[in-house]
Amino acid sequence: MVMSINRPTSLEEALQILADNPEMEILGGGTDFMVEVNYGHRRPVSILSLSRIAELRDFEVSGSELYLGSGITFSKLVAPPLAELVPGLAQAARTVGSPQIRNAGTIGGNLATASPAGDTLPILLALDARVEISSLNSVRSLRINEFITGPKQTVLQPQELITGIRVPLHDSSQEFLKVGTRNAMVISVATVALVIDWDSYRVGCGLGSVGPGPMEALEAERWLAAKIDWGNRRIPLEESALRSFSELVARAARPIDDHRSTAEYRRHAVAVCARRALERASHAYE
Amino acid sequence: MVATLDINLKVNGRDYPLKDVWIGESLLYVLRERLGLSGSKNACEQGECGSCSVLLDDTLVCSCLVLAADAEGVEVTTVEGIEGTDMPSQTETATPSSRPVGDDLLAAPGSVPHRHDALHSSYQNPVDTERIEGELLQATPPDMHPVKRAFAAAGAVQCGFCTPGLVMAVTDLLRHNPHPSELDAREAISGNLCRCTGYGRIFAAIRLAEELVQQSPNLRAPSRRAQ
Repeated sequence: MVMSINRPTSLEEALQILADNPEMEILGGGTDFMVEVNYGHRRPVSILSLSRIAELRDFEVSGSELYLGSGITFSKLVAPPLAELVPGLAQAARTVGSPQIRNAGTIGGNLATASPAGDTLPILLALDARVEISSLNSVRSLRINEFITGPKQTVLQPQELITGIRVPLHDSSQEFLKVGTRNAMVISVATVALVIDWDSYRVGCGLGSVGPGPMEALEAERWLAAKIDWGNRRIPLEESALRSFSELVARAARPIDDHRSTAEYRRHAVAVCARRALERASHAYE
Repeated sequence: MVATLDINLKVNGRDYPLKDVWIGESLLYVLRERLGLSGSKNACEQGECGSCSVLLDDTLVCSCLVLAADAEGVEVTTVEGIEGTDMPSQTETATPSSRPVGDDLLAAPGSVPHRHDALHSSYQNPVDTERIEGELLQATPPDMHPVKRAFAAAGAVQCGFCTPGLVMAVTDLLRHNPHPSELDAREAISGNLCRCTGYGRIFAAIRLAEELVQQSPNLRAPSRRAQ
């Protein structure tokens, strides 16, 4: 097979190349891809690089929806205007790696890698975002937990490319908390994302690093939605409410013991983070 | 059969046509092994340590995580590329006062109000570091890149392995944020691991670099890119 790198400048061109050569390996920001290459776990033969496709780095607000191109870097998410549009996503993006990693790594790459510890995944889940996947002749859009099927597993087909993410832009409180061994350059031990959507009376709660993929704390979401005084924008903050919510969140976790943490600590950590997320969401309105 | 590629890179303003490159070669490997630019250090090869930091166009990245073949058409700037030649000559430099740079640092501690107490307070030491820093500053060539000069004068170098990456990160920081807060500075170097210094002298170097860069306005636009 001929060794080749293809660096198209348009999305259409990229999808055509993928349709003709579905075996090509897709290179985004490179922060996961190159680690595998450098450590000999990946021996690329033909590569489709997305680096020159400007349209993948664009975003667009239309009505009550934000469209994020899959090539948008974490650095771009951390800064205005995107940080103001989706503050929870900005909080999550800021915890990714280091400035160097955030300058290169992309939101599309975070989805494609589908690591259980992917930092933007729980908040995207809580925001009820949808992944847009394109091939030459089709476009489909999936919720985060439909797209990710297991650790580093997705429904992405060889001819498909993650082209963007659609995020509902509602009046909402958004919080993201991450536990790791240090503040920078750390793979998360546990993360909690909380979205309280004042427009649609919806609560979203996503958990990271405590299951095979980002987890939805459905019981906790339902419980909190029933407890919030939506008309007066009041979040229940009494001790019993904080405890019930954090217990329900911890119950949704399915953590394992591994080299980064124990299951027991992870479950404890998400409970603490859930409580703090609720407190922070409330303080944002004081 | 091992198929290879021919690629063209532009590094520090020079064009490098390269033959027989394996498709998976990182930019770091090419810089060090093919171009002999060994300033960028190879340690972790997974973006954890920051010692291979370079600028791609205007963006600070780890060169170990850049596919060399994907760096075609992009300006690569390594630590070798931010040399003193980018600086205006001494006579062209508009200094806020007639005193040479670092003069205030030579004064007795306490006699000069410090603009950067927050940063400086991260290093508490009974040794008169300001005096030493000032003397070392006088001993470094004035046409040396101010960030490199600051690292040398502040004693921010021990084994030196992390230094090139830190110089790149701090240069990038000061180009975007000439007066970083302590938190800004900490976040800016959070991707650069130093296992010797404990970072005290590195923060002192950032403070000194901030002052030196102020007196070198051209620094924020490396000459290569201005051409």
